[in-house]
Amino acid sequence: MTELERHSYDVLVIGAGGAGLRAAIAAHEAGARTAVVCKSLLGKAHTVMAEGGIAAAMGNVWPEDNWKVHFRDTMRGGKMLNNWRMAQLHAQEAPSRVWELEEWGALFDRTKDGLISQRDFGGHRYARLAHVGDRTGLEMIRTLQQRVVALGIDVYMECTITRLLTDGTGEAAHGANRGNIAGAFGYWRETGRFVAFDAPAVILATGGIGKTFKVTSNSWEYSGDGHALAARVGGTLLNMEFIQFHPTGMVWPPSVRGILVTESVRGDGGILKNSDGKRFMFDYIPEFFKADTADTEAEADRWYEDKTNNRRPPELLPRDEVARAINAEVKAGRGTPAGGAFLDIASRRTPEYIRKRLPSMYHQFKELADVDITAEPMEVGPTCHYIMGGVEVEPDTAAAMVPGLYAAGEVAGGMHGSNRLGGNSLSDLIVFGKRAGDAAADYAKGLGSAPKAADGQIEVASKEALAPFEREGGENPYALHQELQTTMNLLVGIIRDADEMRDALAKLQEFKDRAKNVTVEGNRMFNPGWHLAVDLNNMLLCSEMVAKAALEREESRGGHTRNDFPKADPEWGSKNLILSEKDGEVSLVHKPLPVMPDDLKVLFEESK
Amino acid sequence: MAGTGVFSPGRAKIEARTLRRDRWWLEPAITFTVFTAFIIYSTIRAFWDVNIYSAEDHLLSPFYSPCLTNDCPEGASHLGTPVGDWFPLSPALLILILPLGFRMTCYYYRKAYYRAFWLSPPACAVAEPHTKYTGETRFPLIFQNAHRWFFWLSLPLPILIGYDGIDAIYADGEWKFGLGALVLLVAAVTLLAYSLSCHSCRHIMGGRLNHFSKHPIRYWGWTQVTKLNGKHMQLAWISLIAVWFADFYVLMVAADVFGDPHIG
Amino acid sequence: MTITESANNPKAFAPGVDKSKSYQANFKVWRGNSETGALQDYSVEVNDGEVVLDIIFRIQADQANDMAVRWNCKAGKCGSCSAEINGRPRLMCMTRMSALPPGEEVVVTPMRAFPVIKDLVTDVSFNYEKAKQIPAFAPKPREADGTYRMQQIDVERGQEFRKCIECFMCQNVCHVVRDHEENKKSFAGPRFFIRLAELDMHPLDTNDRQMLAQEKHGLGMCNITKCCTEVCPEHIKITDNGIIPLKERVVDRKYDPLFKILGLSKKKTND
Repeated sequence: MTELERHSYDVLVIGAGGAGLRAAIAAHEAGARTAVVCKSLLGKAHTVMAEGGIAAAMGNVWPEDNWKVHFRDTMRGGKMLNNWRMAQLHAQEAPSRVWELEEWGALFDRTKDGLISQRDFGGHRYARLAHVGDRTGLEMIRTLQQRVVALGIDVYMECTITRLLTDGTGEAAHGANRGNIAGAFGYWRETGRFVAFDAPAVILATGGIGKTFKVTSNSWEYSGDGHALAARVGGTLLNMEFIQFHPTGMVWPPSVRGILVTESVRGDGGILKNSDGKRFMFDYIPEFFKADTADTEAEADRWYEDKTNNRRPPELLPRDEVARAINAEVKAGRGTPAGGAFLDIASRRTPEYIRKRLPSMYHQFKELADVDITAEPMEVGPTCHYIMGGVEVEPDTAAAMVPGLYAAGEVAGGMHGSNRLGGNSLSDLIVFGKRAGDAAADYAKGLGSAPKAADGQIEVASKEALAPFEREGGENPYALHQELQTTMNLLVGIIRDADEMRDALAKLQEFKDRAKNVTVEGNRMFNPGWHLAVDLNNMLLCSEMVAKAALEREESRGGHTRNDFPKADPEWGSKNLILSEKDGEVSLVHKPLPVMPDDLKVLFEESK
Repeated sequence: MAGTGVFSPGRAKIEARTLRRDRWWLEPAITFTVFTAFIIYSTIRAFWDVNIYSAEDHLLSPFYSPCLTNDCPEGASHLGTPVGDWFPLSPALLILILPLGFRMTCYYYRKAYYRAFWLSPPACAVAEPHTKYTGETRFPLIFQNAHRWFFWLSLPLPILIGYDGIDAIYADGEWKFGLGALVLLVAAVTLLAYSLSCHSCRHIMGGRLNHFSKHPIRYWGWTQVTKLNGKHMQLAWISLIAVWFADFYVLMVAADVFGDPHIG
Repeated sequence: MTITESANNPKAFAPGVDKSKSYQANFKVWRGNSETGALQDYSVEVNDGEVVLDIIFRIQADQANDMAVRWNCKAGKCGSCSAEINGRPRLMCMTRMSALPPGEEVVVTPMRAFPVIKDLVTDVSFNYEKAKQIPAFAPKPREADGTYRMQQIDVERGQEFRKCIECFMCQNVCHVVRDHEENKKSFAGPRFFIRLAELDMHPLDTNDRQMLAQEKHGLGMCNITKCCTEVCPEHIKITDNGIIPLKERVVDRKYDPLFKILGLSKKKTND
């Protein structure tokens, strides 16, 4: 074996999406030697898929808006299960983080006064999403990317981390000892050669787990790497049952099913109709949101012009509500030919308006489905979009429960409670990305001597990664992956049932056994079969955590809907589910929610 | 096979210069044919200096407008003959140098002739035959940067051709609506539209600004030129054909092949 | 227990594929590395509504597990799956099978301007190196009230360029580097010309990159044959709105005697 390539840094960031890049910038600016490692090329991260905007109470459009309103919206959207401190920090700091992007060259759409324009979005009391047409995520990633380049931060592209390294001072698990973080180990996708990074602080910014589902808006990278990496070194995960199904994914053609149709379509006037032509969302307004939601079409339509004196259209209810409503309509036999609902903006806005406000959507439908959205309605249905659960972190520092490990963005849990509001993900990335970067740099600086990776860890990690090449005659990773996705979609999907989830867990057990037998053909040079075989282990672990937590939580709340427990249960509303893993066994405990201080509690009484 | 371009070492080993199977050669072939035909025709007409003006119908070939030497037919020199006798060649040559320069340096024509005549490249993703390439960085192509000067200098010409057209309508103190006048006016309008749609014009009008909001009138002008600029290629072709046809029409009328049909 | 997909199971939002419109297609995919390689034949099923990338996945899953292909979003937003389909640079995820000539074989190769790594994956580091050479955005100070004020009409030109998804197909198709390897060192390519144009037109920026564009990044090498604009999946008017305006700004500074006489060519004006 050739000598192992090794690099040494103070802070290593895994993932080059919004959170990862923002964290790297913060760590670099705090004086830490910082590097970013990512599975794809720089600038391709899933953040580019975010369309609508960045939620931040800047008050450019509505001077009445402030962090307290944003905080309240976020908590209510998350059905009060959010970590209150994270939601508070998020609401307070998001405006500064957005202004920072502007200072780094982002070109947001402007108001008449020349300020950053803000748009309406589901669950937000005021128009507060800073945006650029419907490609805000791209603007964010490009701005951060260009900032990273300008600062000269090292970026290791197309490099997959398979294991975190520790100093081995903790308990034994997975053939090595846990302990303080000492670095990370992975392979270059191009050559298949191994590489190790020595770094006392590692920030996970790997995004979500969407690729465990069949119908998803997420790219192949979303294989739950960060969740699994954290769990394998003893990190805990929180509320993995909460998965957001975005209500409007494309449903036709089949090859693009799941690709996102931005919520801005509804924010800009689009409405949902069933196959009878009925605007059905009025039938699905929950008690919780009745006071804020229009109950007649006339009022809903007036809202677009006069937001002060009218209540919001029900199409702009939080995502979980809309997703369930579409689901129910289709189930009742009122779905579209391809099994969704009609999303109609063509009959409500002029073609010029639609093309100006929603250029990417216009092209997406034109080019992928041959549908002209200025002339005909779109067919949409729920698609797996985002996991609210994730690595359990300390709110102020984004520190995970392993010394030296941090998590920011989708991979971290707690911020969004049981359901995330649209627009809060991009702001989450930059708020907690920065906090993670700052804290990691601080931690690294405060260490007398950096922890060293314990002997033998590299060997264990290499052996583990190469295992699929050692086996012969096993099954193909692609087939197993497809079965996993189908299972998760059908049995742990948008509506859940205890029996089905038990079936799913049995299936997952079987998949885990079969995964040990997966073989790959070819060599280590850019071999997607091998890459998938490695990622599959992460997806299986995340799937199991999702299914276990979902079976445990016997209520319906946000991104977790139980057929057998259709109501929210106040008892469960005060509990987090904490998951951990050791040597392949997942365990689960209940943990009380941190208690919100009184000065914040007051905000919820005022609003009633 | 160590080669250059798409055959360079390290690139995917593919023998074909292009794998395109559509008719990518059609567009450069048409451009080549039409431009060559126009160049031959206009060269002959410019040097030949015969049948350029129909005195009866007041129709002057646009290639010769304005006609500035003593060689010009009587009545054809609306601006007088300031050049007098010293220029020994056809008076067209004095004038044509401007539109020729304007079109040679035009951002659309450059694309068209680099593709069709230089094959650099013949079409997108079709390897070009040249081994060396320096673009417009040195003599003579660095003079492409003079486009804006040709824009300014040739801008009056469509207006003068328009004047010729009006002169033909109001000939010798009488109204006469002839086809020839219409042909000249169409040439004038399309030439003017082509000139105003040019990228240099767009730059001068407002493109060079970074704060449109502080210059509302120039911004308005820029948006109008921008709309025209979107049709620059079409206008380049239409105006070329129009002026070509106008000259041919004058030739036919001046040579008495047919008379200029008219009302009044 | 068996898992089935059917149109009767709305819960899954995964109605079955209508196989009545499926057919068998012949694909020729370039397989190889930087040393050797050739087009290989695959016969593969195509279903209604699929794009070329779906077919590549099917080949990968069923016939060639180790076939290298770069992709991420599969929705035309990330610009990863650039390749050449029937000789033309395209995003594989945005090329519908129904838009290709029916009954003809489909040829898929890697981009031909960049060194190949394996199969359809090329080494695009050229572009990342060029990105590093462009001086960063340098804004003027904030207004007295702590804000930056910019009007929508002033940011729109820059916004068009920022639609760029960095698929690098403009870089790939540009004959200046595609056909002349030696020009790579002195030519930044269309993607970075629009980056330079975007910064140059930015109402807040204070850096001057106009002469740099000409003298270091090879703006003068461009002979505006517009292939970059032709292949841009974001329909950015790279040539008309980016390169030509930049060339005209360089003329102001370098080639226009009137500007020199008037003393306007010394530094960038920021009107």
